[in-house]
Amino acid sequence: MQLDHLPLNRAAVIRAIDWDVLPDQEGHRLRSLGFEPGVTIEALHKGILMWRDPLAVRVGRMTVALRTNVAAAIDCELKP
Amino acid sequence: MTQMPPLVALVGNPNAGKSALFNALTGARQKIANYPGVTVERKSGRATFDDGQPVEMIDLPGAYSLDPDSLDEAVTRDVVLGNLEGHRRPDALVIVLDAGNLDNHLRFALELIAQGLPTVVALNMVDLAERDGLQLDAEKLARALGAPVIETVAVRRRGLAPLMAELERTLKTPRASVEPVAVSFGAKNQQARDIARSVIVSETSGRQWTRRLDSVLLHPVGGVVILLALLFLMFQAVYGWSEAPIGWIESGFALLSDAITGALPDGLFRSFLTDGVIAGVGSVIVFLPQILILFLFILLLEASGYMTRAAFVMDRVMAAVGLSGHSFIPLLSSFACAIPGIMATRTIMDQKERLATILIAPLMTCSARLPVYTVIIGAFIPSTTVGPGIGLQGLVLFGLYIAGILGAMLAAAVIQRFVTQSRTSSFLIEMPRYQWPRLRDIALNLWQRAWVFLRRAGTIIFAATIILWALLSFPKAHVGSGISQVEYSFAGRVADGLEPIVRPIGFNHDIALALIPAMAAREVAVSALATVYAIDAADEDAAASSLGPKLAADWSLATALAFLAWFVFAPQCISTIAVTRRETNGWKWPIFMVTYLFALAYAAAGITYWTARSFGL
Repeated sequence: MQLDHLPLNRAAVIRAIDWDVLPDQEGHRLRSLGFEPGVTIEALHKGILMWRDPLAVRVGRMTVALRTNVAAAIDCELKP
Repeated sequence: MTQMPPLVALVGNPNAGKSALFNALTGARQKIANYPGVTVERKSGRATFDDGQPVEMIDLPGAYSLDPDSLDEAVTRDVVLGNLEGHRRPDALVIVLDAGNLDNHLRFALELIAQGLPTVVALNMVDLAERDGLQLDAEKLARALGAPVIETVAVRRRGLAPLMAELERTLKTPRASVEPVAVSFGAKNQQARDIARSVIVSETSGRQWTRRLDSVLLHPVGGVVILLALLFLMFQAVYGWSEAPIGWIESGFALLSDAITGALPDGLFRSFLTDGVIAGVGSVIVFLPQILILFLFILLLEASGYMTRAAFVMDRVMAAVGLSGHSFIPLLSSFACAIPGIMATRTIMDQKERLATILIAPLMTCSARLPVYTVIIGAFIPSTTVGPGIGLQGLVLFGLYIAGILGAMLAAAVIQRFVTQSRTSSFLIEMPRYQWPRLRDIALNLWQRAWVFLRRAGTIIFAATIILWALLSFPKAHVGSGISQVEYSFAGRVADGLEPIVRPIGFNHDIALALIPAMAAREVAVSALATVYAIDAADEDAAASSLGPKLAADWSLATALAFLAWFVFAPQCISTIAVTRRETNGWKWPIFMVTYLFALAYAAAGITYWTARSFGL
């Protein structure tokens, strides 16, 4: 399941990240912020009004804001 | 040969509490300059070891790695590697880690330690980590990293002495030079995560304040309402809270003026002091309270961690004009002053978005416009209320802010579409935990802002005022000739040339006169008008009364509104133009900026004037 479709407040593990669809800079920053296969994440909040974009996501013990188009490149699996 | 004190660099991830630690170690005696060749701010200060030996500390910009994706991060890399020309390599590093965020911060720490410089690790914000239910084993972390680890709570000054002692020991221990070890990114990441996991003694879910606050402040509807309410409160406060201190400053200057009038004989020198210096500089210093209130709000929003939440809430709105939430932070700072705002754009990764943000930053209503707005609003808008706690004057001021914002949005959309031709923007940012802002850090910062403003009032504005006073006072019109002194003076004659150009937008001769020195800085327009009217006054009593009533008697409402509309757009600030040139490496963009803003100002003032006239104002 892609990160932008992940239900809120459910822990999930990153299965794969499609680096090729991301602009270099965004991929680089995403890595710096700790997004990597195997890492546990959790979608916390969705953006304002009708947009529901960007997303606030918990990575490790940190909260990161990212747009849904980037989140769509991140494939995750809900933890049981 | 005198030996230079050792140089120690504080380095770490953004939001690790690095600046708080720096403030705690060096105190209020800090030097702010730029790194050689770049406009990144370099904060340095002195600390002393137990034996009295001084040590120079620098606070490097926060970074995620030595592989930079912003200008700030590039400086951090260059200083750490000793590659920044004209800047010596640090003799030691203090790596600042957020104890509550080791998973993410340890990778950069490993990368830094691998550079082989003497290193001490500050495990910072251990109190916040404990609050969140996290217990760490510092000794185990030290063994894993191969560097001493000291637990610190910078905001409470905890662990500072042990940190300095360890730093002294590390600096004085001779060591074999270590070759940097290259490790792949992925391997370092894995190693960082393994270490982070291994040093956790116990982990409970804790209170999770940040998460609870976020569910309110990032709420899809509530979050927007809260942000708007905060901004509205901020602008009402700028007006409401400043009334009393402004009154004190005004009476202070009035007393001073009276004292001089009483002590000196009538003549050129007395006119120079009361009409030139006191009327001019005084009318600007009077706005210090408002500027400080505005900066106080912005500093509090930043220090509490709310600023990135505001960026989150605003991201979609900014995206509508081709920008992102990243631009929101520099633009909000520009409400205080465009110069720190433009410098804050360096954190924007996307270069086209950065340029567009720089170009629209002067449209945010900066504190220098407040003097102009306040005088005109005070003179022409009645001080009535239109609802509980909402004054008409405050509402008009709010309207001017909105006009600036809408102008900026429009400009951004056009610039991103046609000038930078950017197709996408991006928003990817770490949102730090909420914290109570620390009073000492806020006060220190506020003092630095106030000092910069007073220095400007004391130099640029003082000089502009004096020159204008001289231009207005000479040559002397003959008494009884029927020609007013202002019309007859040098300045009056220069303004004669400008007047035909600004006449169509409703500006009179006095405004034309005030616009010339206001090129140096907008607030000079007020002191220029004050000087013009003080000199033109028939007697001392008229000169002593304040500027507002004189304007109200002399200008039509249409002219006053056109004057306000002009200052929403006009790029009248030499410093902003200079910083734009520096940040964009050339004259192309500042010239573009000045041209389009003047065109907008002229159009807006004209439209305002003729619309108001058609309503009979």
